[in-house]
Amino acid sequence: MYSLHKKTEKNAILLLVGTLIVVSIGGLVEIVPLFFIDSTIEKVSGMRPYTPLELAGRNIYVREGCYLCHSQMIRPFRDEVERYGHYSLAAESMYDHPFQWGSKRTGPDLARVGGRYSNEWHVAHLKHPQDVVPESVMPSYGFLSEKEIDGADISAHLKTLRMVGVPYTDDQIAHATEDFKAQGTADADTGNLLSRYAKVPTGDFDGQPDKLTEMDALIAYMQMLGTLVDFSVYEPQER
Amino acid sequence: MATTAQEPKYNETVVKLFTLAAIFWGVVGFLVGTFIAFQLAFPELNLNEYFNFGRLRPVHTSAVIFAFGGCALLGTSFYVVQRTCRARLFGDPWLPMFVFIGYQIFILLAASGYVLGITQSREYAEPEWYTDLWLTLVWVAYLVVFMGTLIKRKEPHIYVANWFYLAFIVTIAMLHIVNNLSVPVSFFGTKSYSLFAGVQDALTQWWYGHNAVGFFLTAGFLGMMYYFVPKQIGKPVYSYRLSIIHFWALIFLYIWAGPHHLHYTALPDWAQTLGMVFSVMLWMPSWGGMINGIMTLSGAWDKLRTDPVLRFLIISLSFYGMSTFEGPLMSIKSVNALSHYTDWTIGHVHSGALGWVAFISFGAIYYLVPKLWKRERLYSLHLVNMHLWISTLGIVMYISAMWVSGIMQGLMWRAYNDYGFLTYSFAETVEQMHPYYVIRALAGVVFTSGALIMVYNVWRTLKGDLRKEAPIGAATAAKPVTA
Repeated sequence: MYSLHKKTEKNAILLLVGTLIVVSIGGLVEIVPLFFIDSTIEKVSGMRPYTPLELAGRNIYVREGCYLCHSQMIRPFRDEVERYGHYSLAAESMYDHPFQWGSKRTGPDLARVGGRYSNEWHVAHLKHPQDVVPESVMPSYGFLSEKEIDGADISAHLKTLRMVGVPYTDDQIAHATEDFKAQGTADADTGNLLSRYAKVPTGDFDGQPDKLTEMDALIAYMQMLGTLVDFSVYEPQER
Repeated sequence: MATTAQEPKYNETVVKLFTLAAIFWGVVGFLVGTFIAFQLAFPELNLNEYFNFGRLRPVHTSAVIFAFGGCALLGTSFYVVQRTCRARLFGDPWLPMFVFIGYQIFILLAASGYVLGITQSREYAEPEWYTDLWLTLVWVAYLVVFMGTLIKRKEPHIYVANWFYLAFIVTIAMLHIVNNLSVPVSFFGTKSYSLFAGVQDALTQWWYGHNAVGFFLTAGFLGMMYYFVPKQIGKPVYSYRLSIIHFWALIFLYIWAGPHHLHYTALPDWAQTLGMVFSVMLWMPSWGGMINGIMTLSGAWDKLRTDPVLRFLIISLSFYGMSTFEGPLMSIKSVNALSHYTDWTIGHVHSGALGWVAFISFGAIYYLVPKLWKRERLYSLHLVNMHLWISTLGIVMYISAMWVSGIMQGLMWRAYNDYGFLTYSFAETVEQMHPYYVIRALAGVVFTSGALIMVYNVWRTLKGDLRKEAPIGAATAAKPVTA
């Protein structure tokens, strides 16, 4: 065996190729089947792609590095399920490019934060977290309510996501900017938006009815987190 | 080899540049880390949107891993591959210089992006598509220089340090490309969307993330270890056969360990179990490297008494042994149920990153600086010793604080009272973390102070100064043995 190895030690190309083969195996065996085994993603009802405003909010969540302190992945333990809600399913992040499961809980899990707090609570909390949670070590995100957004380029984002597999329809892409504004504006006509997306929180989120801001988008995203899957009809499966 | 053969002149300019860059980025990374540690203890230090924890944390991790660790790896690999092949760098002088300048541009592109909020949110792979493409180009140039030098070598054998460096370069290329597959929204914009979603995306990212640890922070630095430890001791590596076995076992097993970052998540159980089993197996080849390094001292243990540079190298191997024992332990699902999402993970990472990666780099830097700048010796070995103990104290403070806070928080999350209700709200667990966050931040100050002593020592060495001082351990050695 050691004499065989001598060949490798004297031939750089052999060493390079050998190394590449050896380091490829683990990833191929573990990752590739996830794309082909049907049970990897559970069959559920209720999942839909993000609305344009929710998507913008999600991009803000990514931009600010929220995932560094908040997970979005509830593990199937008694304490976690009682604290945060039903354990997370793979299906719930099937449209997440990229995933936001996180790896650290400096703050609590947010996988099912949707609907738990009022919009007003979120605004107060994001502006100065210690006002509502004195023990919190979270930074202030008040600047979000000063950044106005109009969703002018959001259809390009939907199109890109469709290229990587999110099933946005032509209709959803064509009316992306319109839906973007309708969702975050108080008393807007949301009929078309609601016909294109199910279970959408609408209205003025940031307490500034006269403008649409990044705060609106982020709260719109947080208010729908974990609310889509209908657990009354969900059957756990062996995977 | 014929005695008439001329000692080839090596390219040392690029090694010097990488060495100085490693020192610079090291200090930057430690300072940013210390600052964000204070932010967690005192949240009012989150100054504004550009300097919030969420944007600075990737600056810290990338500065330490890729800027400090990367420059140390690239610099030492260029030094080692030339010496052990007795050949000048391939593509000299422009290609190695392109690798240096290109890599610095990558660091600046990445860091400026984080502060501006440009991130893919993939831990340790945060840079967006344009920075990723640039790094790919630089990395290919690096591979070409390294492989080219191996191919034109004048030694019959490829020395073991170069196997590890090569595995590091090749595997990082593979991981980087696959994990960063994404579609940009527009050619002129910074935003892209990952090609994969959800569970597949998560495993791809942690396949990358764990092997950034395995190949950047382990295989690469083992390459460094295999040159500088025997050199500093002045003896050949303890066991040649052990190095063969642990090299192939390490690179084969490491790749499988990624799923242990996703225990009890929505990743299918079979993948989690595979990740756990391979992580536990990984313990053995990891310790193979530690044993091979430390046992090289066998018959020369006395050198530890007189050589603080060697102490750095040997303590780094000890931390390596400790963290590669702690890692498999934490990858066991029932342990991970407690440790995951807590500061225990953060402590674990730092015992590896500070104890192993930084310490072996400090040892290599202290070895290299007098050689590269043709000085008789370092300005002061006593300052090296002071750096060693101050920084060791910093690491021990850090990991102890994180063990306590991590395990405590994990236990508080799952605590139930007599009535069957959760005992603590989440906010109550955060409050309990405060003293440990303060200790951790102070530990950062202590560790960084040590690094600043190194900066001073290196600067005086570069100036050509020599501190008049008694040799380390001389007092003990000179003492006559009395009954």
